[in-house]
Amino acid sequence: MPEYVLELRGISKLFPGVKALDGVDFQLRAGEIHALMGENGAGKSTLIKIITGVHQPDGGEIYLDGKKVLFKSPRDAGAAGVAAIYQHVTSYPHLSVTENIFMGHEKRKHGLIQWGAMHKEAQALIETLDADFKAIDLMGHLSVAQQQMVEIAKALSTNARIIIMDEPTAALTRNEANRLYEITDKLRDDGAAVIFISHRFEDMYRLASRVTVYRDSRYIWTRDIGDVTDGGLIHAMVGRELNELFPKPEIEAGEEVLRVEELSLSGVFKDISLTARRGEIVGVTGLVGAGRTEVMETLFGLTPPDSGKIHLNGRKVSIYSPSDAMKQGLGMLTEDRQHKGLILDWDIGRNITLPELSRFAKMGVVDENSERTIAKELAERVDTKAKTLFDLASSLSGGNQQKVAVARSLTSKLDVLIMDEPTKGVDVGAKAAIYEIMGELAKQGMAIIMVSSEMPEILGMCDRIYIMCEGRVTGELSRAEANGERILALAMKKAAQQAGQEVSQ
Amino acid sequence: MTGQRQKRVIEHNPPRDFKSRFMRWEFLLLALFFGVVIMNANMSPNFLVAHHLFTNINTFLVRGLVALTMTYCLLMGEIDLSVGSIVVFAATTLGIVFNATGSVFLGMVTALVVGGLCGAFNGLILIKFKELHSMIVTLGTMILFRGLAERILGAEATGGMRSVTWFANLFDARIGPVPYFFIFFCALAAAFAFVMHRTTFGRHMFAIGANRTAAEYAGINVSKTRLKVFALSGLICGVSAIMFASWTGSIRSNVGEGYEIEAIAMCVLGGMSTAGGKGSLPGVLIAIFTVGLLQFGMSLMNVNPQTVRIIIGALLIIVVTMQNIRRIIGKKITQVKA
Repeated sequence: MPEYVLELRGISKLFPGVKALDGVDFQLRAGEIHALMGENGAGKSTLIKIITGVHQPDGGEIYLDGKKVLFKSPRDAGAAGVAAIYQHVTSYPHLSVTENIFMGHEKRKHGLIQWGAMHKEAQALIETLDADFKAIDLMGHLSVAQQQMVEIAKALSTNARIIIMDEPTAALTRNEANRLYEITDKLRDDGAAVIFISHRFEDMYRLASRVTVYRDSRYIWTRDIGDVTDGGLIHAMVGRELNELFPKPEIEAGEEVLRVEELSLSGVFKDISLTARRGEIVGVTGLVGAGRTEVMETLFGLTPPDSGKIHLNGRKVSIYSPSDAMKQGLGMLTEDRQHKGLILDWDIGRNITLPELSRFAKMGVVDENSERTIAKELAERVDTKAKTLFDLASSLSGGNQQKVAVARSLTSKLDVLIMDEPTKGVDVGAKAAIYEIMGELAKQGMAIIMVSSEMPEILGMCDRIYIMCEGRVTGELSRAEANGERILALAMKKAAQQAGQEVSQ
Repeated sequence: MTGQRQKRVIEHNPPRDFKSRFMRWEFLLLALFFGVVIMNANMSPNFLVAHHLFTNINTFLVRGLVALTMTYCLLMGEIDLSVGSIVVFAATTLGIVFNATGSVFLGMVTALVVGGLCGAFNGLILIKFKELHSMIVTLGTMILFRGLAERILGAEATGGMRSVTWFANLFDARIGPVPYFFIFFCALAAAFAFVMHRTTFGRHMFAIGANRTAAEYAGINVSKTRLKVFALSGLICGVSAIMFASWTGSIRSNVGEGYEIEAIAMCVLGGMSTAGGKGSLPGVLIAIFTVGLLQFGMSLMNVNPQTVRIIIGALLIIVVTMQNIRRIIGKKITQVKA
């Protein structure tokens, strides 16, 4: 038996104008969980696509069980026992779980699909994963975590020996992530080798036995988990020391710009009251599903509230649409940058200037020279990884797309900026850059509302923190008062209270 | 490798790639256009006689007007099937008002107002009920507006406005061989192109067509933009109705039938994507003239109208598949280069 189930030697991959991989190595042992770390755009995704046969390398060799192989298509890789689970679930929401699991390798007899056998096997797979849904459920009715289980079941149904997980925890709550850890452990114990990609260090420490780091399309090092430290890892990923992860400036909070009073939307949230002052960074946190995004979408004019008042700059306002909101000085950076935030078919320059296009126009006519000059300036300020302003937004990695979205807010003259999960799926270096920009905007007198599930950034960046649970604000903590336990307690307060009531009854 | 990373510099001057510029769809269309002209000129000595040529161009520009606003609709990922019906309804009211008051000017104003209101009606339904697709809504109003015209006219025709000389001259009058209407159309097309490609309004239409949700999140007033475009579509149909009346002087309830199909065909041939967010007005302009002159040329050759339909339908299919093949080849070329 050779030492490695999968070995890549000197792999290179060129895309038009970009060297995505530059002679990188990677070795995967049987029965290990191997973390692949690197910033957005470091080449991790390209490597995965080469292992899964989506792309073919321009140089280098791939060995499977010591034998040289060439995957011409995802089908080849699948037949060899390689399966991948992606961050954005690539499923068919209108089909059943069974159909999703067996998509592309349906069980047939005489050309007819064997529904009975497929349902049975799908159900068995779901049960081995201890999942709480059924094979006949519609994919679209499942939560993101459950959909990921289906992806894992799909990998198991093909008898995969090498399983790649690309940021599987990005969209999961803590409990769901813990569940995923257990399943990943189980996969390893059953003999599969797992490649795990994540920006969360805790995922890596919890799961991996070895870690490989890439940076700027190059291989940096592979180490046993015992030899890995936060500092060493960040240094390897970023290529420099990060002075401070949370560059929170000390700002004297100014006058109150936003006051929300008892905002309610039936069945979604109730009696939400919050305020924000100039120069303040206000955090809104809670478990996924607490109604945070929904409140923000109502403030931004996407869904009208049933009752409640919104005051901006001391005036009571009615906001019927996002364009209304922005005219009144309230902007929002959406969590879903791929579908709602950016126009992926457009180049980054036009994406940056879109919300404030009228500022580059005289009598409605756009001055494209000044538009490009400003766009260039902003794209450089957020350090977008792009060669020209004419690169399509779709060609950028997730973190760099987020930087483009953030760059937009730099042109605006907003009083209040809502940032919904601004660092979701973003690497350390880009995170620090985004925090720095938040600080700058606050210094200019903007009030920032940051919605986030990430405890460290809530604690590290916010002056005040609102905690939500099941559609209500359950607490407000100042920077000094806040710590992880208190926030968690408030985030689960409602559930705990109800449990208490049931007991007392 | 340690220390401060170099600040990235991003190129902001537009790339000068002549090859890709000449590979643009508009250039292939232009080649097709000249092909049609040369063929026509060879087949019939009458084709290049300026007076005839412009007379014919005038007649297809009455429909070409509609293709201009259809371009905006398609650009936003919408479609307006009711255009032909708005033309007949507006033309009918023009005739009725003219015959009732004796003032053709009042009739013209009525046509424009009715056209604009019909378009705004489409737009209002669409922004009030955001889930509805414009194809369904305008299919409904397409039947509705024509029904109204049929109800008013019955089997009769309304007309007689060509007896007013200045009104007949809207279509007929020329400087040398060039009709005023042709000049008006070119100016209008230039304005449409300018708005689409150079103004914030145009950019907003592109954004809405490319991703309506993202456009809304970027603070674009999507409802207002849609309402404006549909109202404009109706207004231009009113203009088309006026030109039709000036041309023929007689309005029956079948006027404008098939305008929507022809306008969509011209737009698609001109490179507009029916999914929205892509295309150019110059492309549509070339397509309007290509289709118009092709029809004219074939009528000079005494090809019967049914055969003309077959040929234009086939041409459209070939051209659209060519667009796709071109894209695939284009991809292959860049892959090989890499």
